[in-house]
Amino acid sequence: MAEESATDRPQTQTQTFDRLVIRFAGDSGDGMQLAGSRFTDASALFGNDLATLPSYPAEIRAPAGTLPGVSSFQVQIADYDILTAGDEPDCLVAMNPAALKKNLKDLRDGGTLIINTDAFDERNLAKAGFESNPLEDGSLDSYRVIKVPMDELTTEAVRETGVTGRDVLRSKNFFALGLMAWLFGRPTQPTLDWIEKKFSRKPEVAAANAAAFKAGYNFGETTEATKVTFEVKPATLPAGTYTNITGNIALAWGLVAAAQKAGLPLFYGTYPITPASDILHELSRHKNFGVRTLQAEDEIAGIGTAIGAAFAGCLAVTGSSGPGIALKSEAISLAFMLELPLVVVNVQRGGPSTGLPTKPEQSDLLFSLYGRHGESPVPVLAIASPSDAFDMAIEAARIAIKYMTPVLLLSDNYIANGSEPWKLPNVDEIPPIPVKFAKHPNGPDGKFLPYMRDFDTFARPWAVPGTPGLEHRVGGLEKEAVTGNVSYDPANHQLMVDSRAWKVANIANDIPEVEVEGDQDADLLVLGWGSTYGPNRAAARRARLEGVKVATAHLRYLNPLPRNLGDVLRRFPKILIPELNTGQLLKHIRSEYLVDAVGLNKVMGEPFKVAEITDKILEMKK
Amino acid sequence: MTLSYTRADFQTDQEVRWCPGCGDYTILASVQQFLARLGRPREQFVFVSGIGCSSRFPYYMNTYGMHSIHGRAPAIATGIAVTRPDLSVWVVTGDGDALSIGGNHLIHALRRNVNIKILLFNNQIYGLTKGQYSPTSELGKTTKSSPFGTIDHPFNPVSLALGAEATFVARTLDMDREHTQMVLQKAYEHEGAAFIEIYQNCNVFNDKAFIQLTGKEERVHNRINLEHGKPIVFDEGKKAVVLRDGQAVIVDSNSVDPGAILVHDETRPDPSVAFALSRLSHGPYGPTPLGVFRNVSRPTYDAEMNRQLEEARAQRGPGDLSKLIRSLGTWTVDEGGEITEG
Repeated sequence: MAEESATDRPQTQTQTFDRLVIRFAGDSGDGMQLAGSRFTDASALFGNDLATLPSYPAEIRAPAGTLPGVSSFQVQIADYDILTAGDEPDCLVAMNPAALKKNLKDLRDGGTLIINTDAFDERNLAKAGFESNPLEDGSLDSYRVIKVPMDELTTEAVRETGVTGRDVLRSKNFFALGLMAWLFGRPTQPTLDWIEKKFSRKPEVAAANAAAFKAGYNFGETTEATKVTFEVKPATLPAGTYTNITGNIALAWGLVAAAQKAGLPLFYGTYPITPASDILHELSRHKNFGVRTLQAEDEIAGIGTAIGAAFAGCLAVTGSSGPGIALKSEAISLAFMLELPLVVVNVQRGGPSTGLPTKPEQSDLLFSLYGRHGESPVPVLAIASPSDAFDMAIEAARIAIKYMTPVLLLSDNYIANGSEPWKLPNVDEIPPIPVKFAKHPNGPDGKFLPYMRDFDTFARPWAVPGTPGLEHRVGGLEKEAVTGNVSYDPANHQLMVDSRAWKVANIANDIPEVEVEGDQDADLLVLGWGSTYGPNRAAARRARLEGVKVATAHLRYLNPLPRNLGDVLRRFPKILIPELNTGQLLKHIRSEYLVDAVGLNKVMGEPFKVAEITDKILEMKK
Repeated sequence: MTLSYTRADFQTDQEVRWCPGCGDYTILASVQQFLARLGRPREQFVFVSGIGCSSRFPYYMNTYGMHSIHGRAPAIATGIAVTRPDLSVWVVTGDGDALSIGGNHLIHALRRNVNIKILLFNNQIYGLTKGQYSPTSELGKTTKSSPFGTIDHPFNPVSLALGAEATFVARTLDMDREHTQMVLQKAYEHEGAAFIEIYQNCNVFNDKAFIQLTGKEERVHNRINLEHGKPIVFDEGKKAVVLRDGQAVIVDSNSVDPGAILVHDETRPDPSVAFALSRLSHGPYGPTPLGVFRNVSRPTYDAEMNRQLEEARAQRGPGDLSKLIRSLGTWTVDEGGEITEG
């Protein structure tokens, strides 16, 4: 039970918070992702800092009204720079009993519940597994409940707009959105403008959605559905132009930017897989940038076409998620052996096998570091947040091209589909990526030596077909150093294995050192990689409010590791590594540096709650 | 630009390491001679292979080349062809490489009509792994991995290619350099994917598999040469091919009206007759057609991909990165913290 309930709250008109977490939940067909993202955009324009976390089932349309069919969208809005989409919702919209059943456990005690009462009939209650109606049995007494007959009110609102049949209730999400706009003081015009633009080809649908949205807003205002409304003042973000961006879109744009900066055509060979497909969708729209996308017949062909494009002189990229990367494994080793530039994107999801296709997990780290046959230490980079995907895509391309090597770029479903405001860079200030195609023979007697290495980078020359005089053969068989001829010589194999490994290890001198943030004199360091970036820093912040000293560090480079990492780790007697796996970075760090780091691990298909990490920090500080 | 080349210009300094007497030597010579005759700059050719005896081929070609991984050559070649329409891209593969581990890539390269030329060396055996049966080995064949005879029904590679919507399908023989080069020329001139099955003798693990088509006595009776625009007759004119109920049937020439003999038309839009011809034999065990089964025109995948790129540029202009990152809507925070849309 909450200590505070709706009835004994002060009867003020508007309560002001520094941050609030809102979750829209309904059936997959209820349009909750749309409602959530519209609420998000209105909040961005209002000036809040924000972060989002969509959650949807793996099935496209699970049976209506059932628990597996529930889809939700969570957004945290704040008047300061927040780092995550929030732990517990302060406000939950439940469009049907299943949505209530699945999400209620997360709602903060005393939180606000907005319920579509029209969906709470016997059939839907039974489908969701309720034995009695929660609207009547007192089980919701510890929350502030706003009961709204949304089906009825939406039907009434769209009566004059000309939509009929099933389309009538399709506008229900806009009714809910309108009510939320009133409750949280969101501006309405951006949403109305968006509706008009988005549905310009279906004027009756635009009219219905706008009518439902206004009806929802007016319902709040005129009926005073609740005595309390909420306010989160704008954040003071640094001056600049912002957009709200998901990781998949930022990654696609980063690849486009990298290709421009390298002066190379971009090629993306891939096979559809959740949650990486949006990268393909986005890239396939930008043909005027010279972007070629190829939806191949399978995962192996996806990387195969990319290897071909790399040989031909493109910035070549393939993308997938865990199961698809497993299929590409042999080809990644080929690219490593050929020493061709290639970016391999892995948007991680819950595994093994098909696992949890729509949920985030960080369980492919060891697979990325070690999951290939032979000695093939490929560079591994990891994206920290949705907007960071833009920068890391460029960085992956830079390393691939400069060192003539495949590079694995790790994202995950939280980064891929979560969003955050991104302060747009001045694209003219992004440094160029130098490309040195071989033009002339580099050996004595006018011979071309395809495995003659660069003195500094140890990269071999990139000679693309069509260049006269540089005809040469590459292949998976071991190559003789310098000449590139097939060689079974024992000493040569040792030399080549060592050379390839040294080439990759040497990249440590060309990447930033890891930075320690927070209390430099703390005895506890929270170390992270990938999407734990936000939760780790937020947890450290909260721990500091509890009066403890804690430092954080984040790894964007997993192979090679930053050259100062060992020194940093040895400065801290205690090291905590939170990960959405069973301890993969932990194992790697312990084996590399012989430090007694401790893990905080979970694999529940969801990001860390900040409180989970804060609690662990406080426990370790005792 | 036409250059004056000899076969030697397409040879590398690497020692050719096929078994003495292998049919691959003859095919290599045919291809090198053919390319030399074309006179096209050497640097414009790329040979991509997978794994197997035949796939060592690129190491012996003084062009650009890649010896890749098992079965994947058509996919890799696709990546080269679609990004570089200026190149002539060739795939060298075998019956195991193309039809077993790489079957998926083969059929999709053919249906997409990517501008690549696929040479499938069919010796009906796994040579490099020393003698297991392949997807084209005859049913019941006794090999190291089938001591009691195979129970695998084999593929007919020409039928498979036709079923995969290939626009150019041909068959030739390693020993017949002239025929091989005739087929190579037609494949080279074809815009789009060209599939050539080359019967290739493995004298170590499957010797004389093609004796019905190569033996001095036998070939006269069994080679059905498909020639565009000519009636299909063979065995010194004694035998002919007619169509009956959609099937190609071999008859005695003098038993039918000469007008009933099937006239070969490789450009027929519908592949049914070509398919019927491919069913005349399930392997080189009796009368078997050689030559071009099908040669039709369809837009190539690479040309279509590049057309879409050009159209997009014409419509929207070259990509503007600064505009792209603003395309989802923006808001601006000024120095005073004031927020405006856009």
